[in-house]
Amino acid sequence: MLEFLIHRAAISVVTLFVISLIVFTGVRMIPGDPARVMAGTDADDAGLAEIREKYGLNDAVVVQYLRWLRLTVGGDLGESIRTREPVIRTVGRKLPITIELAVLSLLVALAIAIPVGVLSAVRRNSVWDYLANGASLCGLSVPSFWLGIMLILFFSVRLGVLPASGFVPLWEDPVANFKRMIMPAFVLGTALTAVLMRQTRNSMIEILSADYIRTARSKGLAGRVVVFRHAIRNGLIPVVTILGLQMGALMGGAVVTEQIFVVPGFGRLIVEAVFTRDYPLVQGVVLITASAYVLINLLVDVSYTVLDPRIRVAGGGHER
Amino acid sequence: MSADVGERLRSAWRRARRRPPALAGALVVLAFAAIALAAPWLAGADPVRTDWGQIRKAPSWTHPFGTDDLGRDIFSRVVWGTRISMQAGVLSILLAMAIGVPAGFVAGYYRGAFDQLIMRLTDAWLSFPFLILAIGLVTILGPSLINATLAIGLGATPLYIRLTRGLVLATEAHEYVQSARAMGAGDGRVMARHIFPNIVSALLVQATVSIPTAIIAEAILSFLGLGVQPPRPSWGTMLNTAQQFLESAPWMAWWPGLAIFTLTLAFNLAGDGLRDLLDPRDY
Repeated sequence: MLEFLIHRAAISVVTLFVISLIVFTGVRMIPGDPARVMAGTDADDAGLAEIREKYGLNDAVVVQYLRWLRLTVGGDLGESIRTREPVIRTVGRKLPITIELAVLSLLVALAIAIPVGVLSAVRRNSVWDYLANGASLCGLSVPSFWLGIMLILFFSVRLGVLPASGFVPLWEDPVANFKRMIMPAFVLGTALTAVLMRQTRNSMIEILSADYIRTARSKGLAGRVVVFRHAIRNGLIPVVTILGLQMGALMGGAVVTEQIFVVPGFGRLIVEAVFTRDYPLVQGVVLITASAYVLINLLVDVSYTVLDPRIRVAGGGHER
Repeated sequence: MSADVGERLRSAWRRARRRPPALAGALVVLAFAAIALAAPWLAGADPVRTDWGQIRKAPSWTHPFGTDDLGRDIFSRVVWGTRISMQAGVLSILLAMAIGVPAGFVAGYYRGAFDQLIMRLTDAWLSFPFLILAIGLVTILGPSLINATLAIGLGATPLYIRLTRGLVLATEAHEYVQSARAMGAGDGRVMARHIFPNIVSALLVQATVSIPTAIIAEAILSFLGLGVQPPRPSWGTMLNTAQQFLESAPWMAWWPGLAIFTLTLAFNLAGDGLRDLLDPRDY
């Protein structure tokens, strides 16, 4: 198992390295003088010279990359062109808002997907199953930003029960925070709900036809005990993996959701950064997102190993 | 040979008929394709002509979907938007396949250092959430429909590299491939005659799943202002504008969103059906 973990961690490190190369090259592919790009259009010659000096833009590209990498690993992602605030601090301010949104949407998704998915599998091919399948297909197909707009139209414009936009920090007023976050969380969680529901249903169907479940049933155990005590634990293992893979979609989805509901989080930050051509900020945000994704998937793999003993034995066979 | 093809088509049709939702999905996709092709004749009004006397009018006989904030006919904008969406969806996935399939093929067939390199690159590429990657690329390239299509295509490429590689690895292990090779067939022949025909259906199924995702991605980029630029009609830009007039003209938001939803749902239904059709073992 240790060997597997080391192997898996080594691959993550290589991936992070390639990501850093891609981001570094990407920013340098933006047409124009990199110093001008970093400093913004209103910088004077002295400012440009300072930036060239600070980032060593007069050095060879390899030297530049290594220096940039050293700064990045040390947490210095440069500073925003617009606000002059260090990128890492801006991100630190915005990230908790998006994490709250993501956690809420995850809770919404799990609360709907798992019970419905399990029930669908247990009552396979019933009216209930067909309805759940239809709902899951709709959830996969509905564009989140349109769903968001329709929810605003109904709950805010028509009924006037929920505020359409804005943000109140959780620690200032939890109720107001919840009222403003529930629609965005639902919108962000919709696609995830659909994916998890399908996955739960499929893996539960597979598990319910396994030999050990048949044995449990033939021992005379009640259906409910079989489902809850024997099937769910194993049935949910693939769901954990899917959850990890969906984190990227969740981060991408936050961009759109925060835009619609004017939530001042990480996703809105990246759009603002793009529009104000704040390249250090774009670079930092993209780098952090990709690195977070790699780490989350590493954690998912580790938790998967803990959940499913077969993988521990299979070890290196996991990687292709 | 032709009798064989005929028999296969008939059997496919028999199975398709047993799945009315998939059939309906396929028909709706075809209908949207027809709308995209026939946009100039179907639309009626000019999609970019503004009319200050017709600003934000509710749906009526003259404007079945109503008019927008500049008095433009929403029906004709939705019709023309179909063309843009279909174009972006199909072209971006074709691009992804044009790069991803050969790269995955070579990686899976020859293995070795090239395979390792490709795999680490796709690992890294896949670590960027699709939308964030597309946003990053559009930032570098500049916002436009072509660049959005390019960005979406490049974002979807690693998926096809991985899929093709996996399929090639699985197919290569079969005995008939081994025996073809033992009989002296060269690499080119083995790839073209023995492996490719066996993986093409899986690639096709993946394409029907990817195209709606690409269509939504285009709409999102345009919604954020990073794709199609006004005044060209795109479902995403229309929704962006509509958001500002939710109280006074909610119909501006209904139609473009409904169009995306319907097209994506149809693609997903058709894709599900196609998967069952091509791989009857799967439930």
